[in-house]
Amino acid sequence: MNLNDIILAIEKNKISLIVALVYIIFAPIIGGLLAGIDRIITARMQNRVGPPLLQPFYDVFKLFSKKTMWINRFQGPFVFCHLIFMICTGALFFEGRDILLIIFMLSVASIFFILAAYCTSSPFSIIGAERELLLIMAYEPMILIMLVGFYKVVGSFKFYEIILSGKHLILYLPGVFLGFLYVLTIKFRKSPFDLSYSHHAHQEITKGITTDLSAKSLAVIEISHWYENVFLFGLIFIFFSSFNWILAIIITLFVYFFEILIDNTYARVKWEWVLKSSWAVALIAGGGNIILLYLLNIK
Amino acid sequence: MEFIIFLIIFPFILSLFLLIPSEKLRNVLVRVGSGIIIGTVIIFAFFYLNKSPMYFHLEIGKILDKILFGSEFIIGIIILAICIKHKKFLPSLFIILHLIIMTYYEINYAHEVKVDSYLYFDQFSIIMALIIGIIGTLVCVYAIGYMKDYHNHHKEVKDRSNFFFFILFAFLSAMFGVVFSNDIHWMHFFWEITTYCSFILIGYSKTEEATKNAFHALNLNMLGGLVFSIGFIYLFANYHTIELNKIIALKGTIALLPIALICFAGIVKSAQFPFSSWLLGAMVAPTPTSALLHSSTMVKAGVFLLIKFSPLLQNTVTGYMIAIIGGLTFLFAAFIAISQKNAKKVLAYSTISNLGLIVACAGIGSYETVWAAIFLIIFHAIAKSLLFISVGVVEHKIGSKDIEDMDNLMTRLPQTTIFIVIGISGMFIAPFGMLISKWAALEAFVNVHSIISPILILIISYGGAVTIFFWTKWLGKIISINNVEQSKMPVGKEMDFDQWISLFVHGVLTVLTCVAFPLISMFAIEPYIHSIYNSSHGLGRSNVIIMIIMVMLIILLPLILMTLQKRKQFHQKEVYMGGRNVDTFLKFEGSMGVKKELNNKNYYLEKYFNEKKINDLGIWLSLVAIIIMLVGIK
Repeated sequence: MNLNDIILAIEKNKISLIVALVYIIFAPIIGGLLAGIDRIITARMQNRVGPPLLQPFYDVFKLFSKKTMWINRFQGPFVFCHLIFMICTGALFFEGRDILLIIFMLSVASIFFILAAYCTSSPFSIIGAERELLLIMAYEPMILIMLVGFYKVVGSFKFYEIILSGKHLILYLPGVFLGFLYVLTIKFRKSPFDLSYSHHAHQEITKGITTDLSAKSLAVIEISHWYENVFLFGLIFIFFSSFNWILAIIITLFVYFFEILIDNTYARVKWEWVLKSSWAVALIAGGGNIILLYLLNIK
Repeated sequence: MEFIIFLIIFPFILSLFLLIPSEKLRNVLVRVGSGIIIGTVIIFAFFYLNKSPMYFHLEIGKILDKILFGSEFIIGIIILAICIKHKKFLPSLFIILHLIIMTYYEINYAHEVKVDSYLYFDQFSIIMALIIGIIGTLVCVYAIGYMKDYHNHHKEVKDRSNFFFFILFAFLSAMFGVVFSNDIHWMHFFWEITTYCSFILIGYSKTEEATKNAFHALNLNMLGGLVFSIGFIYLFANYHTIELNKIIALKGTIALLPIALICFAGIVKSAQFPFSSWLLGAMVAPTPTSALLHSSTMVKAGVFLLIKFSPLLQNTVTGYMIAIIGGLTFLFAAFIAISQKNAKKVLAYSTISNLGLIVACAGIGSYETVWAAIFLIIFHAIAKSLLFISVGVVEHKIGSKDIEDMDNLMTRLPQTTIFIVIGISGMFIAPFGMLISKWAALEAFVNVHSIISPILILIISYGGAVTIFFWTKWLGKIISINNVEQSKMPVGKEMDFDQWISLFVHGVLTVLTCVAFPLISMFAIEPYIHSIYNSSHGLGRSNVIIMIIMVMLIILLPLILMTLQKRKQFHQKEVYMGGRNVDTFLKFEGSMGVKKELNNKNYYLEKYFNEKKINDLGIWLSLVAIIIMLVGIK
């Protein structure tokens, strides 16, 4: 079945709410599985066997069974709000709402995460939080430029409308895609841009922004990260949605593989480099692309 | 019409009574008078917000013209005397020039002028009246408590607080005049009064710095006022009208030079680059002054004027240059705000930055951007005023306005901190007002078909990201909790009743406008936009629903969770410090067994966001834009 038909059916029967529900239920499963695959691929790249596919789930279940320690009573609410807003972000995205609004929602989710770290007064958490803020500042311009690019080509900020337009977005927006790919490394929390916290064991600021989270709160952060990843896959998917949709999914997965490759081949860089380079890439590749669209008045 | 005249005259009469040297009487008068003004603007808005704009002719208009001219002269000479006393050459020159121009106008043109309607109101001026009437008076009420504290803290400053209140209310009166005058000559008169009032307020403490900054503000705003007067005389000489509605009706046929001249004054007053320095200098004044200048008066007069003229600016070089100046100011002021430690300076730069966005919207002048601009004015006025007055409370309590001294504020001054949190959230967190407007502005810029559009989009993308950075780190600072500090809590209450009521109403209004923004849009802003552009803008219904859900979520969720958490017992642990924690919180064992206390500091990135460098760059770039705006007109 053609993707367009499916989406038309979704739009027509107003079952986009069901898609959102599907996201809420299945996103952590998909996200967890992808995390498992990530760990296996990473292990193979490092000549290790790696954990079983379901290891991320085992980890989270184990975290849930542990006793949670809190620094103060604000931490829990902030972490929980982070999860709720992250779920809302993805659910509204797959429900087909204005992506611009959804990106703002994503920032709210991140802000709650940062506040959860700030409220502890812990040195490592606060450094992690500050770095997370720097990262937000680094990637945010590119994301907004990308959405404007979609709008300029398609005339809409909505997921389904963009996909239904059938425009080959990747051909209109190669620069924007390049820029997005660059900041995607930040969003997937991959090296060289994993400044605020990393999945790898060793980091100069221990576990950065998550240092003072434990057991359940840590599990919640992990799950919300899975939700976020699936949402990001949706964003990558948009660029290739005009092709055969199986192909589009394969390309999306390949992009993820590419990020894993980068993760394993580059060492962490300093924040100056992250900020400068992402802003420059956003300006030159993303901004250049948008300015060209306006100059050539491509519709 | 009675309402308008009452709103212009009443604060002024009240202000005269405030000069009576009795503190008790003064406080009562301020409270009662503020109540009357608030009541009047609310009743006024209630009855007239859904009516079409009304224009009023005054029988005694001609006589009032003469009276205005006379008082302009008298006030001018008083200010001139002050300038000469302080041996300030430049402002004296400006005032003399100003008086010469006004006399020239009076002799050559005044007798020809035939004005059909001197005063008017439409939805936009009613919105402005609500902002001035409610936020402005609340600041005055706050000032009752603040000025008492202020003189306890600053013994060296002579207590002239009665005079201070006199100027505050005269200021409000002039602001009502600006927003209700249809005769541009009248508007200019009130415009100059606001300049003089801010000059006196900034110089209140009479210290060397205050005097210097006051004259700086006077210089720039007098320059703006001069250019303004040249603009409207030029208008009259060529188009034989100085009525606002008639000029705006000339869209398409009117020459842009006079409009550019008048907009120049708007740019100066709204503290855009290259003129932003006066607003920063104004920070030396007591906090109510800053709150007033930044939120409901002065700078808002500047953007009010620009938005009024913005239909004429649509698709013109002048308009584009104004948009560029606004855009640059938005971006650069946000950059500088990152590197600022002083809370008041962060607020000042964020004001300049937000005004930049409003100016950019006004310069584009499409109905979507005007919609966004008016919303920005409303939300910014409330949230910024709230932030200023709460920082004022903090400053008096902890004796510092440095953000780095504000850790643990949540346990030290819980009430005030909650108000600051509301204010900061209002400034940048998603469903709250400022962000809705930023979002609307971005959507509006995308639809502009000009090369200016991608430039503004880039500016807003970067500026938005920077804004998140500097607000969140401040927010993080004040909510970071460390239990040891509880012993350092100041004794006594946080603030007196006048201050509390002012903060409280501000806080409620911040939240209320966020929840009620679809109603504000529907009943106030859309009718106004419709009356000018014949087409209107609103957010889509589905978006409105999401946003209301978001507002509810973001307000209720943390509250509910925190109350739930309050009852629960939990296992408390200490923060991770490499296992070197000693005693209680935030002490660790250093080398040689020395106990050290931990100090967390925020990032300020001064190397990259250097105040001076960025300021200089902004000034030069915007100077170029201003020259193109004034010279490059077809």
